[in-house]
Amino acid sequence: MAYKVVCYINQFFAGMGGEEAAHQEPFAKREPLGPAMQINFLLGDEAEVVGTVVCGDSYYGENIEIARERCLELIKGFSPDLLIAGPAFNAGRYGVACGDICVTAGEILGIPTVTGMYYENPGVELYSNKTFIVKTADSARGMKDALQNITTLSLKLLKGQKLRPAEEEGYFHRGIRKNFFYEENGAKRAVDMLLKKLKGELFKTEYEMPTFKKITPAKPVKDIKNATIALVSSGGVVPKGNPDRIRVSSAESYGKYDISGIDDLSPEIFESIHGGYDRVWANKDPDVVLPVDVMRQLEKEGVFGKLYDYVYTTTGTGTSVANAERFGKEIGEDLKKAGVDAVILTST
Amino acid sequence: MTREIEASADIPVVQIATIVPIMLTVGANRIVPGIAIPHPVGAPDKGDEVDKAIRREVLERALKAIQTEIKEQTIFNK
Repeated sequence: MAYKVVCYINQFFAGMGGEEAAHQEPFAKREPLGPAMQINFLLGDEAEVVGTVVCGDSYYGENIEIARERCLELIKGFSPDLLIAGPAFNAGRYGVACGDICVTAGEILGIPTVTGMYYENPGVELYSNKTFIVKTADSARGMKDALQNITTLSLKLLKGQKLRPAEEEGYFHRGIRKNFFYEENGAKRAVDMLLKKLKGELFKTEYEMPTFKKITPAKPVKDIKNATIALVSSGGVVPKGNPDRIRVSSAESYGKYDISGIDDLSPEIFESIHGGYDRVWANKDPDVVLPVDVMRQLEKEGVFGKLYDYVYTTTGTGTSVANAERFGKEIGEDLKKAGVDAVILTST
Repeated sequence: MTREIEASADIPVVQIATIVPIMLTVGANRIVPGIAIPHPVGAPDKGDEVDKAIRREVLERALKAIQTEIKEQTIFNK
């Protein structure tokens, strides 16, 4: 029996019109529409497009939760083995809709999902680690290649075939590394890479470093005498016994601890659980990492207004960038609500 | 973490740590170099008094950093 594939497309590719039809509400047809016709042809005998779900790009973008739910219901109605969305090329709203419905269908229906986008489509950054996004040209002029690559990858996924690295398969890296044995050992490969680099030749790293965003600096504190300042730390100083069981490395959580009334972090009440540095000094006096004692003194002297009643701490060793960003975002929102004016963050 | 706190709370965040290039890479805007990795805000190996004096100096520099208008990533050295 052939595998069942459902396609998701927008109002434009369904032949309904451009912006004037972009508020089209979701509906489904029991047949391939638009690019799904070519997909159906390319899938050959092994798989069949059993239905197409259509939704206007503006409708999806402006009602994302309702649109997601309704499209998912329509897709589910076909009990597909795989979902193909788009391709969206460089269309931003369409890219977000394709990525969002792919991730949702993958998570809830447990099926593989494939879409296609141009590398600058914002959908790539948002969804490339949660679905397969095939690299396409920036416009529908690249439709032929896009559909060919999408169906080739889809058939592999349907048949459970082993995938080669993302770059060779033609989709955006999902941030997944797989273990396998090389013929040559690491030392030889590293030296080969270094020699290529010295010669100015292209070389491919085996461990890509994450790229970090930069942000515009926040405005400075104007009235320090009335400012509330919070202490945050990735140095792993927590109340003795680590009540929230924060991991010693690769942290997946942070703690928020009341320090009101505490003038000094003594080793009787606080300790360091950080797994990435020698904790001897920090365990003799946790203030060398989380400086509550001197901050309290400066507060009493009136150098600044108030030391915020809570500290936030985690361990910053082996902690994933995604988790660290999430901690920061949550802590920032909490501090904003509390009316804190500035943060001193210590790291080891 | 530093960058995301600054972005979501829209308040200045000064980071004190020892490896300055890492702070530059992760996007900290106000940077105060720390004393050592296991004790960024202190010098416990030099005795209590010196330890506290150094901690105070580093924190005063951090307080100066959050009151300073900056346009780009800035390192506040002694």
